[in-house]
Amino acid sequence: MNPEDGLVPRIPIGDWAESGIDWLKDNLAWLFDAFTWLMEFLVENLTEGLLFLPALAMIPLLALIAWIVRSWRMALGTLVMMLLVVAMDQWEPMLQTMALVIVATLFAVIIAVPLGILAAMNSTVSAIVKPIMDFMQTMPAFVYLIPAVTFFSIGLVPGMFSTIIFALPPGVRMTELGIRQVDSETVEAGESFGASRGQILRGIQLPLAVPTIMAGVNQVIMLALSMAVIAGMAGTEGSGKLVVQAISTLDLPLGVEAGLGVVILAVFLDRVTAALGNPVDYKTSLIALLKRRRATSPA
Amino acid sequence: MPPVITADGLYKVFGRRPSRGVEALRRGRDRAELREEGLTAAVIDASFTVEPGENFVVMGLSGSGKSTLIRMVNGLLPATAGELRIGDDVLSSMSPAKVRQVRRKRISMVFQHFALLPHRTVGENAAYGLEVSGMNRVDRQQRAADALEMVGLEGWGGYTPSALSGGMQQRVGLARALAAGTDIMLMDEAFSALDPLIRRDMQDQLIDLQQKLDKTILFITHDLNEAMRIGDRIAMMRDGRIEQIGTSDEILNDPANDYVARFIQDVDRSRVMTAENILERPAETLGEDQGPRTAHRMMRDTQNSWLVALHRDRTPRGILWEDEVADAVTRGQEQLPWAPHREMPVVSYDTPIAELFGPAAQHQNPLVVVDDEGKFLGVIPRVTLLTAAGTGHAENSDVVTPVDSPDPAEGDALGSTTYETHGGDR
Repeated sequence: MNPEDGLVPRIPIGDWAESGIDWLKDNLAWLFDAFTWLMEFLVENLTEGLLFLPALAMIPLLALIAWIVRSWRMALGTLVMMLLVVAMDQWEPMLQTMALVIVATLFAVIIAVPLGILAAMNSTVSAIVKPIMDFMQTMPAFVYLIPAVTFFSIGLVPGMFSTIIFALPPGVRMTELGIRQVDSETVEAGESFGASRGQILRGIQLPLAVPTIMAGVNQVIMLALSMAVIAGMAGTEGSGKLVVQAISTLDLPLGVEAGLGVVILAVFLDRVTAALGNPVDYKTSLIALLKRRRATSPA
Repeated sequence: MPPVITADGLYKVFGRRPSRGVEALRRGRDRAELREEGLTAAVIDASFTVEPGENFVVMGLSGSGKSTLIRMVNGLLPATAGELRIGDDVLSSMSPAKVRQVRRKRISMVFQHFALLPHRTVGENAAYGLEVSGMNRVDRQQRAADALEMVGLEGWGGYTPSALSGGMQQRVGLARALAAGTDIMLMDEAFSALDPLIRRDMQDQLIDLQQKLDKTILFITHDLNEAMRIGDRIAMMRDGRIEQIGTSDEILNDPANDYVARFIQDVDRSRVMTAENILERPAETLGEDQGPRTAHRMMRDTQNSWLVALHRDRTPRGILWEDEVADAVTRGQEQLPWAPHREMPVVSYDTPIAELFGPAAQHQNPLVVVDDEGKFLGVIPRVTLLTAAGTGHAENSDVVTPVDSPDPAEGDALGSTTYETHGGDR
């Protein structure tokens, strides 16, 4: 028996949370249904789209993307690594995970960027949003799965739901940071020429914040990927599910192969989005080559 | 015509409930007492007017409140108390939309660190003000190109600002303000971040442009030499208050208080004072068709060993010396005895004193000062020039410490080397 027993009352926060969640479930069922429908529609179609081409046609396409935004070296690396994924028989689960990550990132960014803009423009919003983001990011990721499963039962959608929530914070934070970092004299210049708030946001703050926002998006993708694996526990298809399966059956070969598939996907997504944020850093990308040719050829 | 900018008892206090700070200041509390209460008084009871076409300089050290003051003029910072009028319109009573209209149509601004938009080309930067006010692309590109040409950047429109040097970037900032077509330009330490040679060049260009375009300029600087060079009138600011408003001559010769007096000790007067300030008007001048006898009589009367002769239109003809005139009189000559080896050094009235040492050292003759039309104004004998270099101003030697042994050779070096090199960055 603890000496504190009876001195400090037991506060049933967990129970309260449960009744709150129940209330939400009873009253916002239509919203969850809509979310379920939308997620299933998007992820299933995207997965089908990614799997439409056979692997040997899809891989050169991914390599081409790597070359367009980054370099021929990355294109070569992509080719080799992706072939390895096929050779490990991890191609389909990896693409399923990729579809999951892409859709989750899309939603996270759609929510995070406007929220970050609001937080940057208004200190009150910022003061409210900041602790919520801290909470969301430090809460152990597994915990999100519990209400997610309550809301959506087993399958793809609870995975998507928890992935979006878990991946959201860096998007909000980096958007706010990027906008607040824009040199105050530059913003003043906009004001002094009579620009409205919207004109300053669109013409000055957002364009100058793009590298920071893209770094945030990159973080969102990485978090979405790590959560997508955990989401395998809720029955979401993809590499994550294989990893979970490998854990429960102590199947080391499957664990290693599925894990490698996730790593390769992570490296690919990370390098591509990092290059999108700072296009000027990559001189040998196809975009840079085309730009240079246009600049040197007589107009 | 009303003044373009009128500031009437402006206050700016930062902190919580700033209006109580204003009341405290009006009751006679000072800035330090306010700071203990967490209030910062940036501008205290500032009143001034800026007339159309005037270049009004606000001069003060950092923390004197000058940057706050300039931001109150276009409403970037609202005044805590007092009234600011642009023409007849009171800025504080306008809606935000109306204030934006005033900024678009009447007031543009040039910033200390240029504040260009790095993701846009030079041309797009110059057109920014017009873009904001909704002008169509073709027209604004044309206006931006014209403005870039005015500041000497034709052909640079397609580059990004990062490809340009600091001086060129500030020219873009200037072009952006000019392209906006406003009648008022606010310049916030606009040249302070530039190196000295380029700064001088920009100052000259600004003076030039102002004469051509008839802009009203409110210029902020911490550099008194700059203030004296370009300002029609100067407001000296300290600790949020305006200590004195006057022309550079008034401030140099009649400082309102000890603070201003101490401040102007550091001014290199030889750059601020011009030939006009130290010239002497001779008691007599000779007409070109008068004879040697008249010349001789004048010299006797004035006790001078030389005499200035003028054409009928009062442009200088030459300088006659006692020896040669006496010689001509004894020989009964009718023609004035011009000595070919004695060239007459003519300088304009607005030449800084520092630039007078060169001509003075090369000639025995006193310097002849003329106005814009070349008409005679007066002379500067070498002795006068040396006195001016030593004390700054002959009648006002109590304000500044006299320099021992003013050395004309040193003055010459100062006058010709530093001054010939400016404009080197073009």
